[in-house]
Amino acid sequence: MVNLKMQPVRVPGPFEAPSPAGEKPRTPPLGAEPSAIRKFLLSRGSSAMVDSAFRWLMLVCALAIFAIVALIFWELTTRSQLTIHKFGIKFFFGSAWDPVNGNFGALPFVFGTLVSSLIALIIAVPLAVGVAIFITEMCPRMLRGPLSFLTELLAAIPSVVYGLWAVFILVPLLREHINPMLIRLLGWTGLFTEPNFGIGMLAAGVILAIMILPVISSLTREVMSAVPHTQREAALALGATRWEMIRMSVLRNARIGIVGSIILGLGRALGETMAVTMVIGNRPEIVRNLLAPAYSMASVIANEFSEASDDMYLSALIEIGLALFLVTIVVNIFARLLVWAVTRGAPARVA
Amino acid sequence: MNDTHYKPSAANRVWRNLADHTATALTILATIVVISPLIAIFGYLLYKGASSLNLNFFTKIPAPVGETGGGMANAIVGSAVLLVVGSAIGVPIGIAAGIFLAEFGRGGRLANLVRFTADVLNGVPSIVMGVAVYALIVLPQKHFSALSGGVALGIMMIPTITRSTEEMLLMVPHVIREAALGLGVPNWRSVLSITLRTASPGVITGCMLAFARVAGETAPLLFTAFGNQFWSANINQPIAALPLQIYVYALSPYDDWHRLAWAGALVLISLIVISVSLVRYVTTRGVLKGAS
Repeated sequence: MVNLKMQPVRVPGPFEAPSPAGEKPRTPPLGAEPSAIRKFLLSRGSSAMVDSAFRWLMLVCALAIFAIVALIFWELTTRSQLTIHKFGIKFFFGSAWDPVNGNFGALPFVFGTLVSSLIALIIAVPLAVGVAIFITEMCPRMLRGPLSFLTELLAAIPSVVYGLWAVFILVPLLREHINPMLIRLLGWTGLFTEPNFGIGMLAAGVILAIMILPVISSLTREVMSAVPHTQREAALALGATRWEMIRMSVLRNARIGIVGSIILGLGRALGETMAVTMVIGNRPEIVRNLLAPAYSMASVIANEFSEASDDMYLSALIEIGLALFLVTIVVNIFARLLVWAVTRGAPARVA
Repeated sequence: MNDTHYKPSAANRVWRNLADHTATALTILATIVVISPLIAIFGYLLYKGASSLNLNFFTKIPAPVGETGGGMANAIVGSAVLLVVGSAIGVPIGIAAGIFLAEFGRGGRLANLVRFTADVLNGVPSIVMGVAVYALIVLPQKHFSALSGGVALGIMMIPTITRSTEEMLLMVPHVIREAALGLGVPNWRSVLSITLRTASPGVITGCMLAFARVAGETAPLLFTAFGNQFWSANINQPIAALPLQIYVYALSPYDDWHRLAWAGALVLISLIVISVSLVRYVTTRGVLKGAS
């Protein structure tokens, strides 16, 4: 790593001298009074016990992260025992959601989550990669900072604000202008047909796409900057145009990392709650029509958790949460491994 | 001799240049398409939010259904309480775990495992965090509380703070640690008042980013803090929060409440954008720049 090089580096930041006399360290003659440094240190206590206690404290805090993940897993599993025992794996393949009669099947929610995330990926991936290419390879240096700031700002907007905007601006826009066009042009596929409410799977997919864009584009940017400059220079020296250089040296070298960042975006989309809940329409049905209302795993928890009266109902919702937890963990681990495989050689970057 | 040279035809060159220009145009188009929702969101927020923002918003509690007026004063205070509780849990644990990763566990298997777990925790959906904290605190206590909401937010802050603290501490040159240790400063003191202090701008940045991230979280509060129509600062009672209130008002059928939701969103986002920009200013202009 660059940071570990033993060379004189300018000391960054406010640097407090360890003692008043620290500026002129002189070894005192034998038998003389202990120096000011020594007195200072002795007065503050410097026993090995404090040192190891500090070390242990830090270790405990680090292990707390472990404990938290384990605790989440344990709580979710024990609280969903009822449905795990009653329905087993069939829980995720049944499509009946009937809390009154105690019959639970999570398939419509799984379907809604997967399809809305897929729509989001289809919309967001080309845009995110395009933005990343533009910012890292093409745009004038002057624009680079502001543009990356703006895309990062997109990530800072809270989910509920996206939802608010989607309910009042995006949904009417889809209902009045975009959906009729889709029905006219692509109605024959069966994916876009009446009734056109505005809210539904497509609206959820679009808002999810806007939300995961910054995640994908910032990681893609990072992966692209990790491609060595010599690769670019080699391609240009062989007479490649700029686009050929990007395609042959940048995208080709960064492809694993780009896939990783896409999967990380997928992980974000799968667990996204508020904005989706506000526009997906909340109807547990599996239909082909993308304009029809649907339901997602996260939104069924958000909507029904506080009104779940009996234990079985609660257990079913917690089991959906458990499934969401496990799926996002697997997706995240996979994505991290891919991104790490590409960027590990690159120096650490700030923000 | 000349035969061995590759001579691109004119058509080939035109085609390649065309591909180049098309690609450039497409990436510019993509950038515009990405920036436009951002502008649309901020534009509508300013337009709709500013017109319904007034002094009442900051001083009154929500009016009953049917009455006009009212504000979100209790939600603003509630959010502040939740964030204070969250920071009290998240900041110390996060920084300490970061110190462990950078100073003690460096390169070790345990550190790698902890780092990986932090990344996993970062990816856990916020709604799942809400469910877990509900099972952990609300069910045994048998009532919703501000404490449980704060715990959920605090847990969500930890991974961000840990990773940024670690990254910043790793940037502190070794010579500084060695100088401190060489003067006989005990290790714990060297870590706290030399290394951590040197990296403090970056560490503060990480904390602010985590803070900004959880400030807008709604999902983990739905069944922990639960929301409240009245004044409450009691940590053992349900408490109002700005994002929760926006959610409830946005889905209500009343125009007056919609206006309040826009105003609330504007206040929330101003808070977040100001803190993020501040952080960016500090990191790009600040003392840390020389180290990176």
